[in-house]
Amino acid sequence: MAQPLVKKDDDRDDEAEYSPFLGIEKGAVLQEARVFNDPQLDARRCSQVITKLLYLLNQGDTFTKIEATEVFFAVTKLFQSRDLGLRRMVYLIIKELSPSSDEVIIVTSSLMKDMNSKTDMYRANAIRVLCRITDGTLLTQIERYLKQAIVDKNPVVASAALVSGIHLLQTNPEIVKRWSNEVQEAVQSRAPLVQFHALALLHQIRQNDRLAVSKLVTSLMRGTVRSPLAQCLLIRYTSQVIWESGNNTQSGDRPFYDFLESCLRHKSEMVIFEAARAITELNGVTSRELTPAITVLQLFLSSSKPVLRFAAVRTLNKVAMKHPMAITNCNIDMESLISDQNRSIATLAITTLLKTGNESSVDRLMKQITNFMSDIADEFKIVVVEAIRSLCLKFPLKYRSLMNFLSNILREEGGFDYKKAIVDSIVILIRDIPDAKESGLLHLCEFIEDCEFTYLSTQILHFLGVEGPKTSDPSKYIRYIYNRVHLENATVRASAVSTLAKFGAAVDELKPRIFVLLRRCVFDSDDEVRDRATLYQNTLGGDGSVVETDKDVKDFLFGSFDVPLVNLETSLKNYEPSEEPFDINAVPRESSAPVELTEAETEYAVNVVKHIFDKHVVFQYNCTNTIPEQLLEDVIVIVDASEAEEFSEVFSKPLRSLPYDSPRQTFVAFEKPEGLATVGKFSNILKFIVKEVDPSTGEAEEDSVEDEYQLEDLDVVAADYILKVGVSNFRNAWESLGDDFERVDEYGLGPRESLAEAVNAVINLLGMQPCEGTEVVPPNSRSHTCLLSGVYIGNIKVLVRLSFGLDGPKDVAMKLAVRSEDESVSDAIHEIVGSG
Amino acid sequence: MSPPYSEACPSVKNILLLDSDGKRVAVKYFSDDWPTNAAKEAFERVVFTKTQKTNARTEAEIAMFENYIVVYKFVQDLHFFVTGGDDENELILATVLTAFFDSVGALLRGNVDKREALENLDLILLCIDEIVDGGIILETDPNVIAGKVASNSIDSNAPLSEQTLTQAFATAREHFTRSLLK
Repeated sequence: MAQPLVKKDDDRDDEAEYSPFLGIEKGAVLQEARVFNDPQLDARRCSQVITKLLYLLNQGDTFTKIEATEVFFAVTKLFQSRDLGLRRMVYLIIKELSPSSDEVIIVTSSLMKDMNSKTDMYRANAIRVLCRITDGTLLTQIERYLKQAIVDKNPVVASAALVSGIHLLQTNPEIVKRWSNEVQEAVQSRAPLVQFHALALLHQIRQNDRLAVSKLVTSLMRGTVRSPLAQCLLIRYTSQVIWESGNNTQSGDRPFYDFLESCLRHKSEMVIFEAARAITELNGVTSRELTPAITVLQLFLSSSKPVLRFAAVRTLNKVAMKHPMAITNCNIDMESLISDQNRSIATLAITTLLKTGNESSVDRLMKQITNFMSDIADEFKIVVVEAIRSLCLKFPLKYRSLMNFLSNILREEGGFDYKKAIVDSIVILIRDIPDAKESGLLHLCEFIEDCEFTYLSTQILHFLGVEGPKTSDPSKYIRYIYNRVHLENATVRASAVSTLAKFGAAVDELKPRIFVLLRRCVFDSDDEVRDRATLYQNTLGGDGSVVETDKDVKDFLFGSFDVPLVNLETSLKNYEPSEEPFDINAVPRESSAPVELTEAETEYAVNVVKHIFDKHVVFQYNCTNTIPEQLLEDVIVIVDASEAEEFSEVFSKPLRSLPYDSPRQTFVAFEKPEGLATVGKFSNILKFIVKEVDPSTGEAEEDSVEDEYQLEDLDVVAADYILKVGVSNFRNAWESLGDDFERVDEYGLGPRESLAEAVNAVINLLGMQPCEGTEVVPPNSRSHTCLLSGVYIGNIKVLVRLSFGLDGPKDVAMKLAVRSEDESVSDAIHEIVGSG
Repeated sequence: MSPPYSEACPSVKNILLLDSDGKRVAVKYFSDDWPTNAAKEAFERVVFTKTQKTNARTEAEIAMFENYIVVYKFVQDLHFFVTGGDDENELILATVLTAFFDSVGALLRGNVDKREALENLDLILLCIDEIVDGGIILETDPNVIAGKVASNSIDSNAPLSEQTLTQAFATAREHFTRSLLK
């Protein structure tokens, strides 16, 4: 545009703020769009108005439906002009307005005319616009032209048709698939980008036909690929073929590896990198295969281009997770990247070094990192902290310098997520490295002296209460904890009171001092703090009242809480204050997820939640009436327990009325042998009285009919009796349970979709809590170990170690090791798997 | 299980041209990752603030936010960005950035700043339209792109009679006014 679009304000002398769109207003621009209707079109003026409209849209302004339609109709008039520049703008705005299908018809004929024009630019753009706004029916009309365009001698036209084909394949696959012959011809095009677009489309058309993809890849490897982009595609398709052909590495050379390797010598960096990345991600890649790829990536590390350095270090960082030894040669280049201007590159370099470094280099590395930490953002710092945590677990002897590093950065400025990552790391190190405990706890104590995050303070106080009493000199922590009672908000104060009580219960010589402190807390201004102080004084026997047995006190203070919090919350909400105290034993030990008993979209929707108690099972039926013309009354589920012999029905609570679309519950309770994981099958019939409702008034008629409705059967299975309770350190828990009641056996799971699917199936069957993230199976694994933990009915701890392995191409074999506090429970777990 | 990594066609999620305050000059989104204008603006804000202090004036720079790879380059008061998924080949994205950066440079005849860009916004928008179509890379050669955008002459196939006297007069007047304003 030669002229400013808006007249410059004469008074403005602030040249820097000048914009041709200053003071632009949607209403005014829409008025201006009337020039599109002029009998004598001024192409330049029209272009300017379109630019203004596009500017508005680009700034996030929106047009109402009516405004958009008006602009669209006006724009269609502009096809009369032969001005090339204006036509380009017309194409652009039509795409931005995305007209509805009934509006599209207006421009179809104009665009079809352009599609057959002698001007290449018209043809290419008309195809792109038409394909963007078209629907299936119109597409069959223009299909013939599109097929021609694909093999057009002008590359811009051919590319326009091919790219449109890639988009249309998503919506109209059956039509686009008919163009294979033309697309195949275009793959041989001498124009680099046509070849790229044709290859992308051809592959998408054939992607479900493995043989065809394999043939396509093989033929192109021998032929000429002219564009680096097409070569990148070929590399991607090749690694897909390699991946699908499975692991043939034992039997000699991997098919097509030579091709990938030859791409490392391509003249385009884009291709070299794509090939190097593909090699590092090969399934079960050997170190011999890796070497040439690592070599080119290492060269990239010292490139002058930040993008190349980033791409290389990011790929090497991933390699370091699986093959740390393969990239030790790059360590010197990596170390120089620690001072890279680009902090993403520096962070990736550091975390790579932390993964590949050996024990002797730790101290030197930590020194370099200390300088680096001061000038990077929190998000990078978190990545570094996590890498240091795993390094410390790898080299426990180095805990001193790593712990020092963590405590130093804990004292520096930082946001919540960063501080939490540091605290979590210190906690993990304390748990796993016994020597690190005392110094770690003191670092945490110093941190809470000046910690602005309530969440972290309470977390640390809780942890101190568990770990502090077990140290050589527990008394030194008391000062830090009691300081909280003076200096912090109510949440932290309450938490500190609980921690004090734990020290009192666990360490006899501290008890008298703790009493003194607790007594002072009774005068706190906050209810919760006072309540806790009073409660703990009583529990510990401070006011001379009856002292509970030592074991009870410890169970109360340290024991795990075996009622799910959601169940406790629900029960507490339902409790009505009365003479009868709240009974925590009345909270269900476990409640299942709802099980659907009806198909979706039936007249009555029913699902059931199983609440498990020691001596009882309660079925909670959630019922929804989906018929507006009906009111249901006296709704009850008749349960036939003939296939659940050990259960006897003791109580049922019918539902008085069930109006349309308001879910309500009815309950049936069964008695069962105490403490046993009794299983059974229950069949259910929904019984009720139906009354017709006049939908207009909502009034029910007097007449009523009895009716019933068959529901699906319901099973109570052993997994229902297992509570998902995780453990923080599986190995310690496993060792401390001992092998007295260990049961080990092997099972063949038969052909499975994948290892991950098999692992999931067993986890769901057992209904236990996966630990330490072992429920995630890394891609391409041939074997996997999964750790589960739970609490069986009767409050018996169970741990399970599952070792999966692929036996042949699809068959999965599993070794199941169970440890628990009771022989029969270990056997019961095997029974679940055996029968599942 | 899915294959080792993306087997899909390389794709661009957005192309952004912001000014030195992080305000939009021209943007184009090709993915539904940012469904609303507010989401788009939030993304632009993050990208702008996290890159503004870096020196991306001689070589293109790169960063990763929220699982996106962003390559960028600055000139005068203009910030150019190209975004892709975190699985994308970084060098392909850098090629797209170069295509955008260099073709805008050619179209603005080396006079690349915010004012010039806004005064030629039509060229910038056409330029983006010629580089990426619906996320798929259309052309990467800056000269070819600039050539396609700049061919703004009257359609050679149009009969001369369609260029009316009024139009010719208008053009002449415009040239005249411009020379007076200088």
